Amino acid sequence: MNPAPLLPQTASVFAAEYEQLFWFFMISCGLAAVITFMVGAYFVVRYRRGTGNYVKPNGHDHTWLEVAWSMPVLFVVTILFVWGARLFVNAYVQPDTATEIFVTGKQWMWKIQHPNGKREINELHVPINTQIKLTMTSEDVIHSFFIPAFRLKRDVLPGRYTQMWFEATKEGEFHLFCAEYCGTEHSRMVGRVVVMGEGDYQEWISRGEEIISMEEQGERLFERHACGSCHNDSKNARGPSLAGIYDRTRLLRGGHRVRGDANYIRESVLRPNAKVVAGYDAVMPTYQGQIDEEGLNQLVAYLRSLDRSPAEQALLEPDQPKPQGERLR
Amino acid sequence: MTATSVPVEGSAPQSNYLNVSHTVRSWLLTVDHKRIAILYLFGITFFFALGGIFATLMRLELSTPGPWFVESDTYNRMFSLHGIIMVFFFLVPSIPATLGNFLLPIMIGAKDLAFPKINLLSWYIYMVGGLFTVIAAALGGVDTGWTFYTPFSSTYANSNVMWAALGVFISGFSSILTGLNFLVTIHKMRAPGMTWFRMPLFVWAHYATSIIMLLGTPVVAITILLVAVERGLGIGIFDPKLGGDPVLFQHLFWFYSHPAVYIMLLPGMGVISEIISCFSRKPVFGYKFIAFSSLAIAVVGFLVWGHHMFTSSQSVYAGMAFSLLTMVVAVPSAIKVFNWIATMFQGSIEISAPMLYALGFIGLFLVGGLTGVFLGTLGLDLHVHDTYFVVAHFHFVMVGATLMAYLGGLHFWWPKITGRMYPMSTARFSAGLIYVGFFLAFLPQFVLGYLGMPRRYHIYPEEFQFLHVLSTAGASILGVGYVLPVLYFIWSLRYAARAAPNPWRAAGFEWEIQSPPTQFNFEGVPVMDHEPYNYENELFSEPIEHQVARTGDVRSV
Repeated sequence: MNPAPLLPQTASVFAAEYEQLFWFFMISCGLAAVITFMVGAYFVVRYRRGTGNYVKPNGHDHTWLEVAWSMPVLFVVTILFVWGARLFVNAYVQPDTATEIFVTGKQWMWKIQHPNGKREINELHVPINTQIKLTMTSEDVIHSFFIPAFRLKRDVLPGRYTQMWFEATKEGEFHLFCAEYCGTEHSRMVGRVVVMGEGDYQEWISRGEEIISMEEQGERLFERHACGSCHNDSKNARGPSLAGIYDRTRLLRGGHRVRGDANYIRESVLRPNAKVVAGYDAVMPTYQGQIDEEGLNQLVAYLRSLDRSPAEQALLEPDQPKPQGERLR
Repeated sequence: MTATSVPVEGSAPQSNYLNVSHTVRSWLLTVDHKRIAILYLFGITFFFALGGIFATLMRLELSTPGPWFVESDTYNRMFSLHGIIMVFFFLVPSIPATLGNFLLPIMIGAKDLAFPKINLLSWYIYMVGGLFTVIAAALGGVDTGWTFYTPFSSTYANSNVMWAALGVFISGFSSILTGLNFLVTIHKMRAPGMTWFRMPLFVWAHYATSIIMLLGTPVVAITILLVAVERGLGIGIFDPKLGGDPVLFQHLFWFYSHPAVYIMLLPGMGVISEIISCFSRKPVFGYKFIAFSSLAIAVVGFLVWGHHMFTSSQSVYAGMAFSLLTMVVAVPSAIKVFNWIATMFQGSIEISAPMLYALGFIGLFLVGGLTGVFLGTLGLDLHVHDTYFVVAHFHFVMVGATLMAYLGGLHFWWPKITGRMYPMSTARFSAGLIYVGFFLAFLPQFVLGYLGMPRRYHIYPEEFQFLHVLSTAGASILGVGYVLPVLYFIWSLRYAARAAPNPWRAAGFEWEIQSPPTQFNFEGVPVMDHEPYNYENELFSEPIEHQVARTGDVRSV
C-alpha cells in the first residue's frame, strides 16, 4: 500500500496554468478560513462562561461592519471568477492549429482514431509539446474524458461532438478516467494517456499494417454512399457543394447562419432537414443507422480536408486562415 | 453526566401533547403539528439508518482497490440508494419536517400550522414515497445514482428506476405541501406583536426554505415524470437516439436540485442562529443581515444551477454567467458566518452539547462553503468536477453542516419536545466524536479528488488505497458518533431528569410554555412585546442552573 503523493502530476501547459490559480485559491481562501477559525476559537476561549468578560448587549446593528467584512469576500471571489473564466476559455476554446484526434466513448471503453487512421482502445498516444484537439462523441450514454495530470475533463455526449484540447509537457503515462457515471463497468472505463517524444511518436504512429488515413476512410464512405451525386459543384446540383465547408459560415433557409463545424456536419448527415442551406430544397434522406459513430468521425475528417474551390476562395474573405502543419502523415 | 446526577424535582405537567391520548389511532390521525413532527422523526430516523447502512457497506467495500465483497452492479446500487434515500428522504425533510413542524407555530405564537390536515397528509405522502423507494431497493435496487442522469436512466439502466423515480416524485409533494403550510402560517398566524423583524431567525430560515420548496420541487417532479415517459413509453425527450437532448435533463434536474441544497442548508442555519445566541447570552449579531441573507441565498440559489454543468457542453458564456452568480452566493453565506462569530463577541459562552454542534457546524460549513467557491470557479472546476473533491464538498455542506445543525437542534429542543434532559457529557463526547470522525472521513476525499479519483468508482488505482482506508476509518468513528445519540435519547425518555420549561434560559415563545407543551401550545394568545433574543433582559441574567424542573417556571400567557 503506497500512499499517494498529495498532489497530482502536472503534465500539460494548461495544468501549469491551473496550478497557479489553485495556489492562489489555497492561499487566499485558506488564509480567510484560518483567520475566521482563529477569531471564533479566540472568542470561545476568551468569552467562555466564568471568565467574567461578559458585556451586556446593547442591541445595535453595525451596518458598516457588515459591509466592511463583505468587501474582502466580494473582492476575492471576483478575482477567482475572472481568473477562472480565463482558464476555462483556455481549456475549451481550441486553437485551429491543433491536431484533431477523434474519441468515441461507449459502455465501457474508449475508442480512439488518429488522423492517419491508426486506432487504439483505452489508450491515447500523443506527442509531447504538440497541440492536440480531441473531438469526442458517445455511442450510448454520457461519458466524460478525464486526464487528471492535464487537469482536464469534458463530458462526452451521445448525439453531438464536444471538444477539448491540450499540450502535453511531460513524457510518461498518465491516468485516463471516465468521470461521468455510465453504468455497471463505469470504474473499468479507464486507460492511459501516453505522452511520447516526437521521434518515438512518429515511429509509433506509423507502425502497423494497412493504415488508411481518416480522411481517406471518410472519402471512401462519401463515395460508397454516393454523397457526391448531389453534393457537387455543378450548376444544378441538388445539394450545396461541400468544398470548404469547414470553418465557413453559411446562410440557411429562413435567414439564420451556421458555421461549418463537426457538429453541423454530423447533424446534417443524421437529420438533414434540421438546417437546410438557402437556395436548396429539403430533399436529403437521413443516414441515421447507416453510418456509425466512427464513420461519422471519418466523414468529418474528410470534409474538413476539402479546401474551398479556388474561385470561391478568391471571392470570400476567409474566416480563419487555413491551419498549417496539422496533418501528421 | 450532569443531567442525570441532578435529582428529579417536580413531575411531568398534568397534561401535554404526548399524554393527551395514547391510542395508535390518536397518533396516526393526529393533526397536532407536534405529533406530526414526532411521526416525521420516526420516518426520518428510519431512512437515515437505511441510508447509513448503504454508506457503511460502501466505505467498507472501498477499503480495497479491487472488488472485495460486492460486484460492481451491487456497488452501483448501494451508492444510488444511499444518495436517493439520504437526499430525498432524510436531508430535504430533516429539519423542516421535524424541528420546523414542531417549533415554527410555537415560535410565532400560533396553536398549529395553518392547515393541520394537510400537514398530516404531507407525512403520509412522504411515507408512501419512502415505501416506493424501499420497494425499489427490495426488488434489487436502482443503479442510476441519485441524479438519474439521462439517457442512462431513461434508456440504458436495467434496474428498478421506475419505482425509485416514483418514490422521489411522490415525496416531492410532501415538500410542496409543507412549504405551502409554512408560508401561509408565517404570513397569517403570527401572534400580536410578532412583527416580521421580531421573528426568530429559525422562522426566517424556514420562510426562505419554504419558498424554494414551493417553487423548485414541482420542477423536479416534472423532470422525473419526463424520464418515466421516455423510459416507459419510449417518447423521445432526453435520448438523442429518440431525438431528445440529454443535457436538457441536467438543466431541469439541477434547477431543482441546486436550490434543494439550500432546502437542506437554510433550516440548519436557522437552528445555528438560535443556539449560538442562547449559549452566548447575546442577541444574534446582525439579525436583519442574517434574515435577508437567507432570502438572498434562496433567490440567487435559483440562478446557479448551471454550475453543475461546466463540463457538460453548455456554452462557455452560460458557464461564465453561472459562475458569476455562484460567486454572489458566497457573500450572504460569509455574512452569516461572520455574524455568528460576532454574536459570540463579549458573550458568556457555555460549551453545552447543542453549542458544540453549532460550533462544529460553523467549522464544517466554512470548509464546505469555501470548497464550493473552488468548484464554482470555472477553470478550477474542470479538474475536480465529478471527482471525490465534489463528494467531499457536498458531504461537508450536507452532512457536516446540515446534520450537525439537525443534531444540534435536537439536543437544544429535546427537553422541550420530550420533557426530558439527556446525559450532557455523553452528548458532548458524541459531538466531539462526530467532529473528529467527520474530518477523518472526508478530508482525505478532498485530496483523493484533487489527485483525480473519480466519484462512483467501485474499483480504483492502487495508489489511492491509503487515503480510502483513512476515510473508511473516519467513517467508522462517525458511525459510532451517530449511534450514540440514538441510544441516550431513547434512554433519556425513561431515565433522565425531567426538563424545566426553560432549561437553557433561552429567549423565545417556545421556552415560555411548559415542557412538553400542551396540546394547543398556549393557554391564551401570547403577545410579543419585545425584540427577539432579548438576552439583555434580567430574566436571562441569572446563572444557568439548567435541567431541573421547578414549579412556577411557566409564564402564563
